[in-house]
Amino acid sequence: MSQVTGTTGGILPTVGASLDVVEQKSAPPRRGVRQRRITPYLFLLLPLAFLLVFTYLPAVNLFWYSVTDWDGIDLNKNFIGLQNYIDIFTKPAFLRVFVVSLYYIVASFLQMGFALYFATVLSFSTRFRNLFKGILFFPTLLNGVAIGLMFLYFFQPNGTLDSVLKLVGLQQLTVQWLGNPDVVNISLASTSIWRYTGLSFILFLGAIQSIPASLYEAADLDGANRFQQFRFIILPGIKRIISLSFILAISGSLAVFEIPFIMTGGTNGSTTFVIQTIQRAFIFRQVGLASAMAVVLLIIVLIVTFIQRKLVPDDEVNLT
Amino acid sequence: MTSTTTRSVSNERNAVPPRSRQGRAGRIGATTSKYVVLVVASVITLLPLVVLVITAFKTKREFATTGPLQWPKDWFNFDNFVTAFTDGNMALGFRNTSIVLVVSLAGTILIGSMTAYAIDRFEFRMKKLVIALFLVATLVPGVTTQVATFQIVNGLGLYDSLWALIALNLGTDIISIYIFLQFMQSIPKDVDEAAMLDGANKFTIYWRVILPLLKPAIATVVIIKGIAIYNEFYQAFLYAPSPENAMISTALFAFKGPYGSQWQIISAGALLVIIPTLIIFLVLQRFIYNGFTQGATK
Repeated sequence: MSQVTGTTGGILPTVGASLDVVEQKSAPPRRGVRQRRITPYLFLLLPLAFLLVFTYLPAVNLFWYSVTDWDGIDLNKNFIGLQNYIDIFTKPAFLRVFVVSLYYIVASFLQMGFALYFATVLSFSTRFRNLFKGILFFPTLLNGVAIGLMFLYFFQPNGTLDSVLKLVGLQQLTVQWLGNPDVVNISLASTSIWRYTGLSFILFLGAIQSIPASLYEAADLDGANRFQQFRFIILPGIKRIISLSFILAISGSLAVFEIPFIMTGGTNGSTTFVIQTIQRAFIFRQVGLASAMAVVLLIIVLIVTFIQRKLVPDDEVNLT
Repeated sequence: MTSTTTRSVSNERNAVPPRSRQGRAGRIGATTSKYVVLVVASVITLLPLVVLVITAFKTKREFATTGPLQWPKDWFNFDNFVTAFTDGNMALGFRNTSIVLVVSLAGTILIGSMTAYAIDRFEFRMKKLVIALFLVATLVPGVTTQVATFQIVNGLGLYDSLWALIALNLGTDIISIYIFLQFMQSIPKDVDEAAMLDGANKFTIYWRVILPLLKPAIATVVIIKGIAIYNEFYQAFLYAPSPENAMISTALFAFKGPYGSQWQIISAGALLVIIPTLIIFLVLQRFIYNGFTQGATK
């Protein structure tokens, strides 16, 4: 949570500055001013209460639990310093989950590549454009459990995938898709690609379509081919959304939970960071250790986001 | 970053080769390969879904004796759907999901629009702090803090109730606030001032003037938030584990145990969950595309 307090602290001087502005404006009748001063807080009371109780309080508690050996029930929490963090970074069982995340990171790059290809292709005139768009996007809307069960059958021995391979004469490729520890993460990460390509695709397509058509016309007049149009018009035009998807992809890859949990429950070496955390907390009752893991994940995600903000300044945010 | 872009660039080159030299033949080749890629991608996307439909209509014996790609004998065999719906607790799942959906959406609309109204239409001391609080909250991935959130939900006495899910839907939703804020900025302040001259106070303005004008933003929030709540799994799994609190996701997840390898029933259950999504998608396509492009870029 140090990041959070850091941000708040950084904000404070400007709050002081805006205070002066408020004071200067206080010329109209006094009673009206006082009422107007309270009104915004009345509107914010409920939203802030929910935000603090369900987002900030857990985050702060997480840091506190992470330096204790708490089991989630005991009234006493013993302070044990950084022991939980040392465990996470020294025991191989914990380090393995980072290896598993790599599969999902690679998958998310592939996913963005596919999405970018389809978005580019479908932004030019194409027959059955809306049909293709609808099909590619539809998985995004589906229930994760339904997807998990569907692909559980897809990867079963003699299931859908094996039958298709047989049909095209490639049955020698058949392996235990979910039972073989060398393959299971590839199967699960592919399911992730199936599920999320549509979302990246629709975001890229939206961004490409908001590029003014006159740019393409001018490029056509100048004799630019499709590839040059892609390189010099489309790519710069959607830089922001690509960088945003990149962040979502990395933090999403680290926080993968649903698909592997539903399909394998983390068996055969498919345990991800979040599955590990949830198991530690709710099955092994090691709330302190699980909190330390959650803190590590939180910090990694914040660092990745920070790097992205530095690399691609987000100049379109206008909140005030 | 660079690795991704170069990869997709090379994809692009394969599909659409530079025209200048190759001429007509090259262009036809490029067009053909474009359609081949699109059709292959569509088949890959649809295949698991088609097999799900096929399997759901098979009898137990038929399932044991036929391959996954073989058509069922009887397309009017709805037995599996009946079994899934009645024995599988899905009726209750749909009921509970509807309750959580309606209450959470109503709450989200109120909370999101109130926050946006306060931030966009007022100047106050803590404004920057409040904005920073909401901004920073977007960086915290919800699934990471569950270990601690659990203690709070438990402490409030909400554990194993639908209220836990509703509270979490309201407390951890930042995206709808952004959608409302974005839209609020496009409503001219003259509207407020005109109402003020007519003697309306700030609450009347919010309720009678601003909220009705926010309808398009409300539609967007209802769509993306609604889909998210319908598909929500881990919160329901962690915070409402009793069978009587089953949400649609947890009811379906429970199929894994008792129905073990009875894939025809599991498929029917999964299909029952997917059908409402398909209908909503076909009816509201345009709004859904817009909602997702607006919602996710915030």
